[in-house]
Amino acid sequence: MKPLLQVKGLNSWYGESHVLHGVDMTVGEGEMITILGRNGVGKSTTLRTIVGILRERKGQILFDGRDMMGVPLHKTAHAGIGFVPEERGIFATLTVEENLMLPPVVARGGMSLDEIYELFPNLAERRTSPGTKLSGGEQQMLAMARILRTGVKMLLLDEPTEGLAPVIVQRIGEVLKKLKERGMTVLLVEQNFRFASKIADRFYLMDHGQMVADFPVAELPDQMPMLHKVLGV
Amino acid sequence: MQALFGQLLIGLINGSFYALLSLGLAVIFGLLRVINFAHGAQYMLGAFVAFLLLQYAGIGYWAALIVAPVIVGLLGAVIERTMLSRLYNLDPLYGLLFTFGLALTIEGTFRYLYGASGQPYAPPPLLSGGTNLGFMFLPNYRGWVVVVSLLACLGTWLLIEKTKLGSYLRAATENPVLVQAFGVNVPLLLTFTYALGAGLAAFAGVLAAPVYQVSPLMGTNLIIVVFAVVVVGGMGSIMGAILTGYMLGIAEGLTKVFYPEASNIVIFVIMAIVLLLRPAGLFGRDA
Repeated sequence: MKPLLQVKGLNSWYGESHVLHGVDMTVGEGEMITILGRNGVGKSTTLRTIVGILRERKGQILFDGRDMMGVPLHKTAHAGIGFVPEERGIFATLTVEENLMLPPVVARGGMSLDEIYELFPNLAERRTSPGTKLSGGEQQMLAMARILRTGVKMLLLDEPTEGLAPVIVQRIGEVLKKLKERGMTVLLVEQNFRFASKIADRFYLMDHGQMVADFPVAELPDQMPMLHKVLGV
Repeated sequence: MQALFGQLLIGLINGSFYALLSLGLAVIFGLLRVINFAHGAQYMLGAFVAFLLLQYAGIGYWAALIVAPVIVGLLGAVIERTMLSRLYNLDPLYGLLFTFGLALTIEGTFRYLYGASGQPYAPPPLLSGGTNLGFMFLPNYRGWVVVVSLLACLGTWLLIEKTKLGSYLRAATENPVLVQAFGVNVPLLLTFTYALGAGLAAFAGVLAAPVYQVSPLMGTNLIIVVFAVVVVGGMGSIMGAILTGYMLGIAEGLTKVFYPEASNIVIFVIMAIVLLLRPAGLFGRDA
């Protein structure tokens, strides 16, 4: 499989605090990867550093063969990386449709507004409501939907199921499967292990700001004792 | 009765300037989190550019109404890019001090060059004279000021609330980092916003040139009142700034009829009351 994202020896800092200590990972085109790990080991920080929100970083990030280290934040999306933050980032002063239309289209191949409304009928019904009047689940759908419009090659998703009802979590799983069928590459940070185990192709296990293990979904049963130890699940 | 309508008109005229200026301040504060103390100087610059265009280039009022705001807006863009943008990561106090120093520098320079006394600027011939409305005499130019500033306020409101560019502005006001991660050039948006605010101030300055005189200190006198308007309306609220501008202009006009002694302080009294009862302002969202 052709690698789309290659990260080597990635370090990053929040001011004085050194969070990532040499992260190495590779994501192939069309793969769905989940990063597992306890709270505070640097999973979200990994995503924020790859996107370039965290600028105090050292190491190597290659995306689609292109060196991303010197690329300014507003050019990252244009290179093909879409980001859905943990707090979802729905704008209260924008309507649902304005939220949906906000991220600029960066490449062909994104979903049209009609396709998005077909996939997320709730959003169509509420297109003129302020974004934050939606339920938590709808907000998560909106946060994902607006990135799907842009035609990015890869989606970085930070804990999409956090705090959501099981039926919504299931719905998000279905959406992710559909994206995979369309050839989208997804890098997912997830605490919900059961959810992740159903959709991911491969896992990275993170501890103390580094990737400590990497295995495909088929090896999951063999890895369980080790996961129990590291995750405490 | 004559006096009442006369003062109401003056109140409406002043309110137009308050609205235009506080609107620009609110737009700049909303996105840049900078309290633009140079706003009065940019208003004065608008009037002066119109005056100088007429004096040295023979460019009249109508062209100046477009050209002066563009020139002052571009100047604002240069200031934002080269100086103000370096202060965003510091305490907001630095932005305030910088723009305050900028205002003193600009106003001092013009006072040095043109003296403190005002220069006359004639209204365009098309709008000279007046109309008798029956109950009062309306100078045509003043009627024009009220109408065109209302249109400018509405236009700006539409730009921010109803356009794509406006949705970027509103989103970046809430979460600039995420909007930038979506691929929007937020630093450029900040430059544009500062230029827009400065241009609006200059537009008000050109409108004001025939009403008041063109003087280096014309902004200093006005800006304090405009800050009070912004505080009453609620920092960062666009519609709030516009409505409060007109409301306080009219309140000031009415006070001149019923209790003239208080007309200079009525706006500040209202500000104090609003701050006590609704600290976020009449239209502000509670922080």
